[in-house]
Amino acid sequence: MSFELFVFYVFAAILVFAASRVITVRNPVFAAMFLVLTFFTCAGIWMLLEAEFLAITLVLVYVGAVMVLFLFVVMMLDINVEPMREGFVSYLPVGLLVGAIMLVEMVFLLTQRYFKNENYPAPERAGAEVSNTQELGRLLYSEYLFQFEIAAIILLVAIVAAIALTMRRRPDTKYQTPSEQIGVTKSERLRVVQMPSEKR
Amino acid sequence: MIDAILHTIWTVTKIVFILLPLIISVAYLTLAERKVIGSMQVRVGPNRVGWKGLGQPFADMFKLMTKEIIIPTNSSRFLFLTAPILSLAPALAAWAVIPFSDGWVLADVNAGLLYILAMTSLGVYGVIIAGWASNSKYAFLGAMRSAAQIVAYEIAMGFALIGVLMVAGSLNLGDIVRAQSGGFFSWFLIPLLPLAVVYFISGVAETNRAPFDVAEGESEIVAGFHVDYSGMAFAVFFLAEYANMIMIAALTAIMFLGGWLSPIDGFGDGIHWFLIKTAFCLFLFLWFRATFPRYRYDQIMRLGWKVFIPVTIVWIAVVGFAVYFEIGPWFQIRANGMST
Repeated sequence: MSFELFVFYVFAAILVFAASRVITVRNPVFAAMFLVLTFFTCAGIWMLLEAEFLAITLVLVYVGAVMVLFLFVVMMLDINVEPMREGFVSYLPVGLLVGAIMLVEMVFLLTQRYFKNENYPAPERAGAEVSNTQELGRLLYSEYLFQFEIAAIILLVAIVAAIALTMRRRPDTKYQTPSEQIGVTKSERLRVVQMPSEKR
Repeated sequence: MIDAILHTIWTVTKIVFILLPLIISVAYLTLAERKVIGSMQVRVGPNRVGWKGLGQPFADMFKLMTKEIIIPTNSSRFLFLTAPILSLAPALAAWAVIPFSDGWVLADVNAGLLYILAMTSLGVYGVIIAGWASNSKYAFLGAMRSAAQIVAYEIAMGFALIGVLMVAGSLNLGDIVRAQSGGFFSWFLIPLLPLAVVYFISGVAETNRAPFDVAEGESEIVAGFHVDYSGMAFAVFFLAEYANMIMIAALTAIMFLGGWLSPIDGFGDGIHWFLIKTAFCLFLFLWFRATFPRYRYDQIMRLGWKVFIPVTIVWIAVVGFAVYFEIGPWFQIRANGMST
């Protein structure tokens, strides 16, 4: 077993362990932390595939931003875990059904002739001079430009929709307008009073 | 096999040669901070321990090492003790891709800039977890403020870096410095001045330094996220904060001030220029702290979302235009292989 394979198995074991802990651990904050560990080891495995751009982007986007917001929300909510565990038995049949459907789908997909391993020979190893980032950029902006732009539009629409749904004007909130604050002059705020000194 | 072992030993030696000076710099940065702010406020600063106070960092260190680490009741013990390490590890790991001089870099990776951005964004975990694990309202408030602040400023920071990599044509930090060769007027400071300013201020905000230190604002929430930490656990937070400061200063030097390049073209390039520029940026950090009052929380958010992000977006458009039409002397794409 080469060293690379050994590293892969170590990372894979940590990944599976962390992913299963995400759904089994009691405290939601710990669950979020295990999800962070899952993303991190996943990035490590992508690094082994020499996909350094994707690996670092995974850490940057998911660990650095998405999970921070997740933790933010989970910590603020102060979830009481006990009532959530009560429905476990009643939801079990539905859960098992969904799980079984997913399993069957996976089996169908992976045993089909289109997705067999021999149809996908391992790609030739690229040398160190090939930049992952450049190749990805070239593909995105040439071959997949149309799909890339559509994804961008969808994201833009989602951002606009999210802002439109949550933004409301509340006339009763007291907020300051910095440009008006800067614009004040001495005469508006300061009144110099002349008065004679008092005699004892 | 022998090669692999030798390679490992050589890499570990290099890591030690980066980390040891870094830790010593952190120790003396704390002294420099107190001395500089002292003289700005017409005081003397620490001058009792050793010659002119030069032993002060060690006195502080030994004091913190011998103190007890108190773990609050009902706190999450594991996370409470993990949090300082989580905040220190990314601060140190990011140094792997910093080029100190031409070729003096531990890991000469292609996606260096991205790696730096990822590592600096991980520092917030230490703060959030410390705040939550302490089981204290003040610490929790500090953690919440820090999370919102870092998410806001990271976007502006990322956009500022996009401008840099558009002009340099590379994500490799060494190539970014090499793209600035040709004297002071070729540095990215001039063509990317708005981005440089946004980057440095966002860096101050990311490291939770004054005037953006609402995460530990002592006038409102005692000491914020590390209010319950004592002894060595507190010292590790301190170490991480100062290592991050040096990191931001070094990155500003690399990306906007030409790294190891001399201001006069080809005249004594070397690590000394990198150190001088980093030290200058660090002085700016201390100068800010002595000069500005703390921002109010809503003002921080306004600055991040409503001022910095629009400024960077506009300047990225300007840079994109200039790079496309190759407006000289700055905006010719210089890196290899980008022209195809």
